[in-house]
Amino acid sequence: MSWIGRSLPRLEDPSLLVGQGRYVADLARGAAAVKFVRSPIAAGRILGIEAPEGELVFTAADLAGVRPICPILHRPDYIAVEQPVLAKDRVMFCGQALAIVVAADQGLAEDLAEQVFADIEAEDAIIDFEGALAEGAAAVHAHAPGNVLVEGKLRSPGLDAVFADAAEIVALDLRSGRQSAMPLEGRGGLARYDDISGRVTLYASVQMPHMLRTGIADTLMMPESDLRVVAPDVGGGFGQKMSLFPEYVALVWLARHLKRDLAWIEDRRENFLASAHSRDQAFSVRGAFAKDGTLLGLDADLKSNVGAFSCYPVTCGVEPLMALAELPGPYKVAEYGVRSRGVTTNTGMMAPYRGVSRPMLTLTMERMMDVAARRLGLDPLEIRRRNLIDTFPHRSPTGLVYDEGSYKEAMERAAEAIDVAAFRERQAKARAQGRHLGIGFSVFSERTGYGTPAYAARGMGIVPGYEIVSCTMDPSGFVEARIGSSPHGQGLKTALAQLIADELGTVPEKVRIISGDTDATPYGWGTFASRSMVIAGGACKLAAGKVAVRLKIVAAVLMQAKAEDVVLEDGLARVVGTNLSLPIPEVARAAYHQSHRFPEAGPGLVENATYDPGGTFSNACHACIVEVDVETGGVTIERFVVAEDAGLLINPMIVDGQIHGGVAQGIANALFEELVYDETGNLLTVSLADYLPPTIAEMPTIEIEHLVTITDASITKAKGVGEGGAIGAPAAVLNAIVDALSPYGVELFQMPATPQRIRALIRDAERKAHG
Amino acid sequence: MAEKHAITLNANGKDYRISVEARRTLADALRDDCGLTGTHLGCEHGVCGACTVLVDGKPVRSCLMFAVQAEGQAVRTVEGLAKGEVLHPLQKAFWENHGLQCGFCTPGFLMLATGALEAEPDLSEAELRDILSSNLCRCTGYQNIIKSVCAAASEMRACPPSADR
Ligand code: FES
Ligand code: FES
Repeated sequence: MSWIGRSLPRLEDPSLLVGQGRYVADLARGAAAVKFVRSPIAAGRILGIEAPEGELVFTAADLAGVRPICPILHRPDYIAVEQPVLAKDRVMFCGQALAIVVAADQGLAEDLAEQVFADIEAEDAIIDFEGALAEGAAAVHAHAPGNVLVEGKLRSPGLDAVFADAAEIVALDLRSGRQSAMPLEGRGGLARYDDISGRVTLYASVQMPHMLRTGIADTLMMPESDLRVVAPDVGGGFGQKMSLFPEYVALVWLARHLKRDLAWIEDRRENFLASAHSRDQAFSVRGAFAKDGTLLGLDADLKSNVGAFSCYPVTCGVEPLMALAELPGPYKVAEYGVRSRGVTTNTGMMAPYRGVSRPMLTLTMERMMDVAARRLGLDPLEIRRRNLIDTFPHRSPTGLVYDEGSYKEAMERAAEAIDVAAFRERQAKARAQGRHLGIGFSVFSERTGYGTPAYAARGMGIVPGYEIVSCTMDPSGFVEARIGSSPHGQGLKTALAQLIADELGTVPEKVRIISGDTDATPYGWGTFASRSMVIAGGACKLAAGKVAVRLKIVAAVLMQAKAEDVVLEDGLARVVGTNLSLPIPEVARAAYHQSHRFPEAGPGLVENATYDPGGTFSNACHACIVEVDVETGGVTIERFVVAEDAGLLINPMIVDGQIHGGVAQGIANALFEELVYDETGNLLTVSLADYLPPTIAEMPTIEIEHLVTITDASITKAKGVGEGGAIGAPAAVLNAIVDALSPYGVELFQMPATPQRIRALIRDAERKAHG
Repeated sequence: MAEKHAITLNANGKDYRISVEARRTLADALRDDCGLTGTHLGCEHGVCGACTVLVDGKPVRSCLMFAVQAEGQAVRTVEGLAKGEVLHPLQKAFWENHGLQCGFCTPGFLMLATGALEAEPDLSEAELRDILSSNLCRCTGYQNIIKSVCAAASEMRACPPSADR
């Protein structure tokens, strides 16, 4: 009986459902409260900081000797910048930490923080591309005049020729608003100091516990073994909890300095101000098309506002270089030219957020396909059909190798499910009644599960990618797998338990997955980039497979059979073709306690395995129907179809959940959410009421169609699925809005498509129509 | 610092004698003074609903109420939903229908739905959606939350759980 493919209710859930989850704030009772005093000014010189006497207040001067955070890319076009734990001479963005206060409880810490005054001589802040890239603009970082911290370029030799010969050139300027990943639980840490060993245990709401330990140990110049990092239950991350933030360095420093337990629990305002941002991007792209709709070449100028610093470990290259490498997406493009820049400003630091650049890449390609189709008189699906990749492996112009997928099939499946013909009839009827319905498609690829080669290719100083898993069956037949991945809501433990149960002939309830504790798990990279099911899953399969080999040797000796004739299933080691069998726990016990009888297997049942794959590509097509209220500019999503190919589904219910959540964040990106700075660099959107994350009232029901392409690029045959929803949804929504507004002939290239922006387009169109 | 007030907070049928400043929110008192950390804080400004508890049967954002205001009223939190080992129909439905991912919003949604369905067991899906739109979830896209709540609602109609008050 196989556990793979079953929608098993999650093993993670019971404790979370009864209020016994252990999030970091739940562990913090009794610890002193830490509060950061933050700069209200975006750019300026610090003249002095005044604090009340006799209280625990620390500034940069106290932290002398603590190194700044400074991640590296080995690229000639990268300029490294240093992020101090506390601002020293200058402030670089509104919300940067200036001082730390410590008090007995949170309320007292807040009172104390209000008595700390920073005297800052404000300077003009640079907020956006226009300001940063203007001729003679001041330098945000003195050693980086021009304000470009990373710049990738590429130009294939035949590019100019295809533009010269093109039947149609489509030129677009696209803009994506700045977003926050906005996990419902903010960041937070609890540092516990052990008097006897001098060791610190940092409980933190993070996605990469091992990386955090390395980063803190490097900045504090302490041995890693003096620090244990634990990610307990984590209330969502979506990339925002990957990076090494100054606050965690400060907590460990304080615990060692004051020799006591301390907790910092971020509040929502702080999360908006000082945690990571993303997606502040402006793309100018030209596509050269032949008469038949074939895309001949792409020429792109891509800009990402990376904020004031470079995120550790992936650096501020993460958005620009992803954009450079993956712009062509699911389309065949022979000629490609691109310049992609990471631009520094006096704003919050950019870091990965679910999708990283690909929501904007997909918006770019999918808007381009629709515009080109209209100009060339082609059906939007037909132009895609003519350009989608359909032979595998496919090599992109940037050298990426796409494994087998179902790009065209997914599109056809989505079109069928949403029933385009019936919709066009309904649309015509609605138009006659003055209602504006529209349909939009978005086809995309999601590169997932890539190991060290992909990160090495970016020139990262720290190269993530592999996973090591240690799998043990104990003498009672229970299994433990220790993983370096660090799930935080995905349900990974359940899915891995299903995978391991199949390898070892047991049940998922007897498989415990141990994660998120540097004392208890092998060094690993955590959970991000839709990687864990592929990479940690692959390593689990390999490690459990090695344990299975040993079990079979032991069982074969016990039953006087050949190891190759032993199968593990339903809790038994069985000899095929006979009625001989033994309960697996009995075999496991013998492996530990009678090991002298099995020299070939060796004692015990402990195995390690590593998996470091090259990567795989999931693919999908999103299709949606919207209604636009032309009076208010409001958009209602009526239907949303996802045809998704993520390879083999280990737990379909969990996969669907990932898609639902991703699409919700994509819709938020398309219609609602935006972090807005004023011209002085003051963040205006610092509450959930301003930032507008969607509630259930704004969410359509998502209809999912699964396609399953079996790939050789992943040993579990699973492809990653964590990001696809967020990647594909914005383009489908914007294309549908444009279709709905086709009577006005408007085009839309900016997200979020707020009612104000939609109304402005309609107003302009009406003004033009009336001369 | 403001003086502290000795109050008795009744949570899940149990009396907690605690001493709090007047400014202490009900959420902080439940979490820090009573040790009931199942009630979560996602914003502390009344928007996300993660802190939802029932006060005299009504859903309340515990980050917007002071602990001293709750004295003499019956507070119910997620810790009081299950009967020993037996999950409340809402908890069971959230488990079976994958109504949670990270679980941070879950206690708030469970208490909101409990309050709504105890007051009016016959709510339609549209009415439930309307009620649930007062809370935020960042992980699930809400699809399996509404599915879970509808499943629980029909089970609760078939065999109403005795409310413990
Ligand atoms: S924490 Fe109370 S509403 Fe968000
Ligand atoms: S399950 Fe994570 S916020 Fe709702």
